Amino acid sequence: MKRLLLLTAAFLASPVAAQSVAITNARLVIGDGSAPIDGGTVVVRDGKIVAAGKAVAVPAGIETVDAGGRYVTPGIVAGFTRMGIIEVDGVDETNDAGANNSPFHAGIDIAPAVNPRTSSIALNRAEGITRAVVAPTTRGSIFAGQGAIIDLGADSNTVSTPRAFQFMEYGESGASAAGGSRPAALTAFRDALKSAQAFARAPGAYLDQGRDVLVNRVDAAALGAVVTGRVPLLIHVERASDMRALIALKQDFPALRMVFVGASEGWMVASELAAAKVPVIASALNDLPEAFESLAATQSNVGRMKAAGVVVGLGTINDNEARQARLEKQYAGNLVALRHVPGATGLSWDQAFAAISSVPAEAVGLSGEIGSLRPGRRGDVVIWDGDPLELSSAAIGVYVDGVKQPLGTRQSELLKRYRQPQEGALPKAYER
Amino acid sequence: MQMKMPGGQIALGALAAALALAGCATDGAARPKAEAAAPASKPTPGKAYSRDPYPSTYKPYPGVPTLVTNVTIYDGEGGKIERGQALFADGKIVAVGQTVNAPAGVTTIDGTGKYLTPGIIDIHSHLGDYPSPGVQANSDGNEATGPVTADVWAEHSVWPQDPGFSRALANGGVTTLQILPGSANLFGGRSVVLKNVYARTVQGMKFPGAPYGLKMACGENPKRVYGSKGRQPSTRMGNIAVDRATWARAADYKRRWDKYEKDGGDPPARDIAMDTLRGVLAGEILVQNHCYRADEMAIVLDMAKEFGYHVSTFHHAVEAYKIGDLLKANGTCAAVWADWWGFKMESYDAISENLPLLENAGACAMIHSDDANGIQRLNQEVAKALAAGRRAGMQISDAQAWTWLTINPAKALGIADKTGSLKAGKMADIVLWNNDPFSVYSRPEKVWVDGALLYDANDPKRRPVSDFELGQPGSGDVK
Repeated sequence: MKRLLLLTAAFLASPVAAQSVAITNARLVIGDGSAPIDGGTVVVRDGKIVAAGKAVAVPAGIETVDAGGRYVTPGIVAGFTRMGIIEVDGVDETNDAGANNSPFHAGIDIAPAVNPRTSSIALNRAEGITRAVVAPTTRGSIFAGQGAIIDLGADSNTVSTPRAFQFMEYGESGASAAGGSRPAALTAFRDALKSAQAFARAPGAYLDQGRDVLVNRVDAAALGAVVTGRVPLLIHVERASDMRALIALKQDFPALRMVFVGASEGWMVASELAAAKVPVIASALNDLPEAFESLAATQSNVGRMKAAGVVVGLGTINDNEARQARLEKQYAGNLVALRHVPGATGLSWDQAFAAISSVPAEAVGLSGEIGSLRPGRRGDVVIWDGDPLELSSAAIGVYVDGVKQPLGTRQSELLKRYRQPQEGALPKAYER
Repeated sequence: MQMKMPGGQIALGALAAALALAGCATDGAARPKAEAAAPASKPTPGKAYSRDPYPSTYKPYPGVPTLVTNVTIYDGEGGKIERGQALFADGKIVAVGQTVNAPAGVTTIDGTGKYLTPGIIDIHSHLGDYPSPGVQANSDGNEATGPVTADVWAEHSVWPQDPGFSRALANGGVTTLQILPGSANLFGGRSVVLKNVYARTVQGMKFPGAPYGLKMACGENPKRVYGSKGRQPSTRMGNIAVDRATWARAADYKRRWDKYEKDGGDPPARDIAMDTLRGVLAGEILVQNHCYRADEMAIVLDMAKEFGYHVSTFHHAVEAYKIGDLLKANGTCAAVWADWWGFKMESYDAISENLPLLENAGACAMIHSDDANGIQRLNQEVAKALAAGRRAGMQISDAQAWTWLTINPAKALGIADKTGSLKAGKMADIVLWNNDPFSVYSRPEKVWVDGALLYDANDPKRRPVSDFELGQPGSGDVK
């Protein structure tokens, strides 16, 4: 009973009672693309990184963990997910990613729907993912709504940045959502941004425009943050020419902070992306012409964009994004492997790790907050039993906001129960 | 005119084959006729229908006798040789060992720091029947117009120009794959086993001598697809009811055709769907059964006993780890993912230790992809499952884990006498990896199929480009 009370107290207190810890003797990865530092130390105080590097002193009285020379890194930042808003994709009642029959689109805010008890949060936490970009799905409009940044800590305070960005579809999906063509999608996009401007100028008079108003007040209000650049606009786009068409819109809407998601043909317009300062949250290993908008897909896409100066991190759009953010480690490792394939362009290990930590944070404008072990960032730190990008490695210590996390999952309970498949003295239902 | 020439040749070839078949059948019918003139005590056998009306025209491409030296070898049957040698010639593996006797002048490849393995076999692929680009016009994997479509054959949907075949070869080291119909139906239709070698026709890719498979499906998909149309099956019990009714008809069909082929008389009505089920009941066609939940697999195993057939392999089988002992006792394999989970209700209990737990239980286990991306990294999928197993305390060697990629799927497809391991006399289906294939940092460097070098990372000319990709953006790029 006492233990239960303590546990409850810990849960209640955890959002504010962020912890302090020093991890020493680490192969320390800062996450900003710099090389690992052997014999490094990272110090987290009151939930924030205060220092990380080689000659870092451990403050007196702070809990110290000896990493034994193991990799210690910032937690992985999953660049594009639908984690926390879907339990089982195919079970509609558990899927809050999109609403088929809602009159609202851009105005939808997914933050209150994020469920800290979603089993994918625990699973990905155990795999060293500590933050995720969570986006809604489009339904009946090019705009999906306002996404959030979540942390994967085992507490009830999951959303760390609500309404962090707007998400929209362009290309084939956007065309479909807009009624059937890319021009229709672009027209809807421009009209929505103009409506947002009109609403911002005179909210009270907005509806006086009568039948010309195609964007309702809720959506127009949400898009105000987009058109003024207060929040980034994440756009799913794959085809090179579609990216060009979107970049061209910046002439009319210069404050737009576009971030391209997917971008399978990004390498073909890499210099334009770099010049326009459009960050990319790419699907690392797309290499099939799975649609006509991704005919030129190649695993070298990320490496080529990086080489051209594009800010490019990894995400998992339309790739089991509700549950499998953990695969980003494997994807990053594969980009390193490309360096040994003649004619391919990959990433260095340091760049690859940054692509799943600081770069996605930078893409959504939160690099000062998460994604690296630089001072001032949140204390999201992971200790690994090996190279974190290697298939055989696992997270053995996970901290979110400096709080040490439990690593158990539903899956680990099932494993325990079925380590021997046969029943024992009682049915399996009694084994736990 | 030039355009017509190859087509004409194909037509002639097909005609010749048809004539040859007809000839055989005529001979078969002619002989009994002669006997019939003799005393009428002996029955006159009926005329059998062709079991192979779309025969393989695959021919291995030429290779050169090749010796790989100083290489780490996983033989595919659980053996490992450090700094070993492998010799292959005339499309076959000649010898594998620490050292082998090689003839003078053989092409020699120094495999220092590299790994040599059998070509990977994916028992569950939809390349060709759900090809890229995945547009509706190319969507040919599910004949979702009725729950029993044992009459459809996947090979009649396979588009041999699917760009996915090239990725599976170059990035995945896949040399053999089974193309299955989808899982909308209880009886989805016949599968086909292919060599991963581009050809103008699907017949040109068909693995010579591989048995056919029958795709069946349990669970959510059939009941959802047909339940939503207001027809049977709409429940799991409906699934099994339709299965049983169908097997009962198949048993009757088999009895009638067996009798006719033995004793002659009036030929029974031909039913293309029942041909396939009769083949299953006769043990000629292998059942490849999509099934997730442990309890449903157990029911299917009993149903197989009830009607006298054997389930070769449960596919997906995310809960196989709950019944490893039962699978072992029934001699039924499980083909699984490493870590897919939670996308539908029946995949909710998937765990990453499925493969090692099955191995631990002594059951036949293998990896599969069911995915045009996953097929490019099956070695990595095994590496993840192996690591999960080791963390759970299961001692499984790398070499043993390689059985999940080659010999076990070969057994489950009925082709283990031909491929799936580096044993003398087998097809020289081989991958040379630039490093340990269980590391994320490794890639195929060379891939041979029947001894022919069909992918070489160092030679852009040995990189297949399908018709569809020719002249498109990125054509011929390193993918």
